[in-house]
Amino acid sequence: MTYFEFLNEHGVTLLLGTVTTIKVLVCSMILYVVISMIFGLMRLSKNLLIQSIATVYIEFFRGTSLLVQLFWAYYVLPFFGISLEAFTAGVVALGLNFGAYGAEIVRAGILAVPRGQWEAAHALNFTPSKRIKRIIIPQIFPIILPPAANLTVELLKATALVALVTVVDLTFEAKQINSITWLSAQCFGTALLIYYIMARFVLVPFLRWLEVLAARKVGKEKI
Amino acid sequence: MEMGWRWDFAVEILPKMAIATFNTILAAGVGYAIALVVGLFFLLGQRTPSKIINWINREIVEFIRSTPLLIQLFFVYFVLPQFGITLSAWVCGMITIGLHFGTYLSEVYRGALEGVSKTQWEACRALNFSTLYTYRRIVLPQAFPIAIPGMGNYLVGIFKDTPLLSTIGVAELFHAATAVGGYNYRYLEPYTIVGVIFLTLSIPAAMWVRKLEKDVNKAQGKIKK
Repeated sequence: MTYFEFLNEHGVTLLLGTVTTIKVLVCSMILYVVISMIFGLMRLSKNLLIQSIATVYIEFFRGTSLLVQLFWAYYVLPFFGISLEAFTAGVVALGLNFGAYGAEIVRAGILAVPRGQWEAAHALNFTPSKRIKRIIIPQIFPIILPPAANLTVELLKATALVALVTVVDLTFEAKQINSITWLSAQCFGTALLIYYIMARFVLVPFLRWLEVLAARKVGKEKI
Repeated sequence: MEMGWRWDFAVEILPKMAIATFNTILAAGVGYAIALVVGLFFLLGQRTPSKIINWINREIVEFIRSTPLLIQLFFVYFVLPQFGITLSAWVCGMITIGLHFGTYLSEVYRGALEGVSKTQWEACRALNFSTLYTYRRIVLPQAFPIAIPGMGNYLVGIFKDTPLLSTIGVAELFHAATAVGGYNYRYLEPYTIVGVIFLTLSIPAAMWVRKLEKDVNKAQGKIKK
């Protein structure tokens, strides 16, 4: 069987799997961005209780393996009466795991805004909410976007793991086709290529574009 | 089926899990050792004067870095036999982890070398030091502390990615948990124990890396706030 025949027969299946992978990616991306923002801010809170809740969360999810968290969400939570669908379990585990890494990025980003900016906003008698909204947050984005972009590419790669909790994504389809046809080079090679194209030619350019946009917003032109 | 945590079952499976933990640590250690060396080769490819080799090297690194480790594992495990190379799951896993994290480590090495100021090189040139001597006595001692945090982080990273090896049948901790869980049809205790073992190993490891970073910086005379 030539490679062309292989694509003709299984290409559609792989593409359908890719659509699921994109769905998982988008959902977990939204979840992890929200979680990082919340826990990144909590980590900087002056309230010791809030701060330690955030620290425990971050250390816990960064300290254990994503695969263990996934299996826990899918196979163990039912023991506590919480049965999640495979897709939901996958998205929640990915979001919580990457949220922990993202929170640290957000924290570092907020700390990286020069103190003078806070003081100047204070001196100009801005209200606290205006200070955060108009002065601090716009300056955070150019700082956190480059590391966040790296993390998001890692997230795309990590979505492959949801196949192991029976989400029918690209990896799952590739495995399935492999077990039917035993054309391992073709199916895993194609899957690798699709992930590569998604990461290198779709996700990364999109994130670079966001970086340029954020830099322009605060008057720092990026080349 | 009984709901809730069962201590007797947890204690019963603990010895099995402890043995499997040893395999996990072994896998992480061997994988890391291979990755350290592979990283050097990618670094070499990056720094050779030939533009073509630079380009090929960069494309390979980009490809490995932007594709999932899981499928790379499947690829190595299932495709090599088609070309007549049959390797055990252990060997496949170690090769793949070594290659995958080698690309990351090459970036760490590169960043560390670029972190050494250009003027250091110029000063060595002015003092007529040989390239080898410059690397050995001037550049590497300064680059190493810059590389330490990154290298440490990837050691912890590899450790946390070892459960993926269970998918091709390497008998490490996660594999043991799945086997025990499937046999008794109870996943609560095995997977929870795996999580606890990971926490108790990786948090001290991460703390140790942070301490190492501080120590090396202090030894280099750079006091960090």
